[in-house]
Amino acid sequence: MLRKNWWKILSFFLLLYTFTAGFLGKVPAKPILNETIRNLYFHVAMWFGMMIFFVVSVIYSIKYLRHNRPSDDIYAVEFARTGVVFGLLGLITGSVWARYTWGDFWSNDPKQLGAAIALLIYLAYFVLRNSLTDIDKSARISAVYNVFAFAMLFPTIWIIPRLVESLHPGGMGNPALDTKDIDSRMRLVFWFGAIPGWTLLGVWISTLRIRLQLFSLKHELHG
Amino acid sequence: MFRAPRLILALIKKDVLLEFRQQYSFYGVLLYVASTIFVLYLAMGQPENMIWNGLFWMMQLFICVNAIAKTFLQEGKGRQLYFYSLCSPVHFILARMIFNAALMLLMNLISLSLFILLLGYPLAHPLLFLVISCFGACSISLVFSFLAAIAARAQQNAALMAILGFPLIIPQLMLLMRLSTLAFSDVFQSGLTSIILLLASFDIMIVVLSVILFPFLWKD
Repeated sequence: MLRKNWWKILSFFLLLYTFTAGFLGKVPAKPILNETIRNLYFHVAMWFGMMIFFVVSVIYSIKYLRHNRPSDDIYAVEFARTGVVFGLLGLITGSVWARYTWGDFWSNDPKQLGAAIALLIYLAYFVLRNSLTDIDKSARISAVYNVFAFAMLFPTIWIIPRLVESLHPGGMGNPALDTKDIDSRMRLVFWFGAIPGWTLLGVWISTLRIRLQLFSLKHELHG
Repeated sequence: MFRAPRLILALIKKDVLLEFRQQYSFYGVLLYVASTIFVLYLAMGQPENMIWNGLFWMMQLFICVNAIAKTFLQEGKGRQLYFYSLCSPVHFILARMIFNAALMLLMNLISLSLFILLLGYPLAHPLLFLVISCFGACSISLVFSFLAAIAARAQQNAALMAILGFPLIIPQLMLLMRLSTLAFSDVFQSGLTSIILLLASFDIMIVVLSVILFPFLWKD
């Protein structure tokens, strides 16, 4: 039991650490940001989670196209689903943060737009899946769309914010988070608490749904 | 190796011939272009430069969805099976992309002249705008060619194509709009080469992806 599930326990303790150290730990007092800087542990970790899940989803889609195993399709769709949930949470935590620092929930920042586009694309992926009734065909065609959309989306998210001005920190050069910029007290909680903690939680959620889907697939096949 | 271009050419010829035989669908799209631009003219009169630019690119997007959706959707299951037995999927999608790009170039020229006729002439560098709009029309048509193939497999109408395609095309469309502002006045735009390179690499990536992925859509 412990050998198979150690990472779930690890996820629990990492998140416990993130919440306690995140809310009680010392943070640099910066103008405008003030205490909202603690949102770093939640908002940014959601984006990391979303990216990781979309990458995992596209890997399973490629695997499905290569080997035609129905289980790969279930993995792909469930990781995409978790990615969308994390993306929505990232968007919400981000816009609340933006309200208190930039003054508005939505300010057409290139990265906000990129996130909105990503969510629209993956919602379209679900619409496409559900519009097909044949399981095999729906799996193959949505896998093709997943690969195509992923390849179109990620240059957008990674390159375009580098070309235009952004309100996000980093600005010109590196639009994402500057690894050297982060305060040393926060670095530990962020890299070793929040990111692995939230990601493992997302994997946990996905595996629960995957097990459920695999079970119903087996049930369907064998009566 | 040397057969490939000939096969692709034959497939393009087939598409052109079909277009001539079924002229109603071509005229349908043409009428769509004309009436939409006419409605725009009635609604907006002669708008400012940036609005002109934005409207132009939005028009290109809608024309593209309509013009390209029909090329895949008008083919019945039987005819697809027939093509399947005749040629390889790679040749088929490449021929389709070239044909669609040519069709969009034509539509682009028609809509540009209608725009100038009805919505005013704000261009300071018309030739530059022409080049950019042709480049843009090709880029958009490549993306939608592949999406039309997906939508056709899903036996769906153009609505599904719009859902699948609009979020994907936003970045390209925004880059094209930025690029085309150059044609309106003598402003200097920074990062120009990087935008052009980005757009070109997008196009190459789409072609490569389609060649890789289309065979999976093809077999049933």
